[in-house]
Amino acid sequence: MKLKRFKEKTIHFLFFLAGISAIIILLGIFSMLLFNGIKTFKDVSILNFFFSTVWNPSAYHEPSYGILSMLVSTFMVILGSMVIAVPLGIGTAVYITEVAGTRTQEILKPFIEILAAIPSVVIGFLGIIFVGPLIAGIFNLSNGLNAVNGSILLAVMSLPTIISISEDAIRAVPKEYKEASYALGANRWTTLIRVIIPAAISGIVAAIMLGTGRALGETMTVLMVTGNAPAMPHSFFDSIRTMTATIAIELGEVPYGTTHYYAIFAVGTILFLMSLSVNIIAELVTAKYRTQRT
Amino acid sequence: MFYNFRIIIGALILPAILSTIISCSKNKGDNHSIQIKGSDTEVNLVQRLSEVYMNKYPTVSISVTGGGSGTGIAALINKQTDLANSSRPMKSAEIDQAKAKGVEPVPIIFALDGLAVITHESLSVNSLNINEVAGIFKGNIKNWKSVGGPDLEISMYGRQSNSGTFVYFRDTVLKGDYAPTVRRMNGTAQIVEAVRKDKAAIGYVGIGYVLIDEGKVISEIKIQKLAKDADSQPVSPRESENVKSGAYPLSRPLFQYTNGIPAGEILEFVQFELSREGQELIENEGYYPITDKHMNHNRSLGIIK
Repeated sequence: MKLKRFKEKTIHFLFFLAGISAIIILLGIFSMLLFNGIKTFKDVSILNFFFSTVWNPSAYHEPSYGILSMLVSTFMVILGSMVIAVPLGIGTAVYITEVAGTRTQEILKPFIEILAAIPSVVIGFLGIIFVGPLIAGIFNLSNGLNAVNGSILLAVMSLPTIISISEDAIRAVPKEYKEASYALGANRWTTLIRVIIPAAISGIVAAIMLGTGRALGETMTVLMVTGNAPAMPHSFFDSIRTMTATIAIELGEVPYGTTHYYAIFAVGTILFLMSLSVNIIAELVTAKYRTQRT
Repeated sequence: MFYNFRIIIGALILPAILSTIISCSKNKGDNHSIQIKGSDTEVNLVQRLSEVYMNKYPTVSISVTGGGSGTGIAALINKQTDLANSSRPMKSAEIDQAKAKGVEPVPIIFALDGLAVITHESLSVNSLNINEVAGIFKGNIKNWKSVGGPDLEISMYGRQSNSGTFVYFRDTVLKGDYAPTVRRMNGTAQIVEAVRKDKAAIGYVGIGYVLIDEGKVISEIKIQKLAKDADSQPVSPRESENVKSGAYPLSRPLFQYTNGIPAGEILEFVQFELSREGQELIENEGYYPITDKHMNHNRSLGIIK
């Protein structure tokens, strides 16, 4: 009897440990980033860090740690990728749920899932050998290593997320809404635009936010195709260097305990906070949408 | 009942197995394995040298990886590699750091590299002087027309800051900072690929990367002749005499750093690199054999007699 209770307790404890491990890991990562990152500001003023456009830690003369250019770069690829992925993703979701027959659905869905499984390095390679030259040809540029290239590839990568979550949201719209709309004499298009999409909007917004999160954190692809010039970008045809790419490029060689080392952690902290807020927004929106439904 | 037991036993055994695996992988053992890490400029060359060496001595296994000189030196300091390939000398801060960790870096010079300034084959410019190259990469010269070329905005391709070539080029050619608009490519091969596709491109790479067998240049690439200054005669790095004599302005020694004077397998491999056979291999790969001056440097370290 005693042995049984002991076993019960042990198992209970093990599952509890598994349950809270995510929280422990998350807090651990965040505190590691924060405690290292904060040391940057012993040598670099906060104003310079956020508002200087020059990031040049291995300078010939005076090193500089300004993240504005890479913040702008990061926002540019996110914006660019969402401009492409949101209409395409929602369009696909609507097609799957409302237009396509069962057969088409069965064929389409596995393909979308496979799209999510392509390794980012493969997509990046595609960007170098195919998308880059294509962009250069269409826009008459000398090369295609720029923000447009990054945006297109990130759009491809965030599409599966956007499609599957907005698909769920559209499916969750009660049948009665649609029937009521038809009963009032609305056609399919009006029903879709005026009834179904508004009813599913919080789910769609959550889908977009999670897609944004995917684009924000992606490293390898943007590192490979955007050229990584640390200059302040002026247009989508300029080469850009995102925060993730900067961390990936420089962390391998940075001497331990230097300002440069801490500055990379500071960039990581900012990135972490950004993706955390994107996820929290998505979570809040989804929570709201769940309470609406029930 | 039994099922529960199995889970518990599994939960206890699994960490034990994992920790055993981890501790085993930490334990390097003495199976004649040499780790070499660092410079991307050197990685293909050293790979070739080690292949030939391993054919001669099948009991030795050598693994060569790239990542950049900074990466190799960091690995040497952290005692994660036996030899660090570096296309630049170690910085004094790095040497201090190494000594603080009980690592005694020894600089062996085993080859010379001609750094090639490359453009697209179709570009009408055939030679540049060093000041022009510096002006382009600093961002002062923005159009090919300023150096006698077509009216085309120049696109510059360089390495990332963990590259020894990045540092060498900055310190010897630019003597200042790169323009922020220089694209920072992930490796030398990527620079070559980008330049091949870009008619307005300029890039700098170790010459071994753009020469194929018998000294031919790979397709769609042009190696620029370089002059020391506006008054000098531009010369090509493809003739090894120009590099050895120093007439070509961008030649540099390639280093391998060891922790302390090497012994055993590592010493034998280094001696092979410095032997006549090794130096001939180096020349066949598109690099240049070291001069007597560098040989004497190695002799003074006690690596060779």
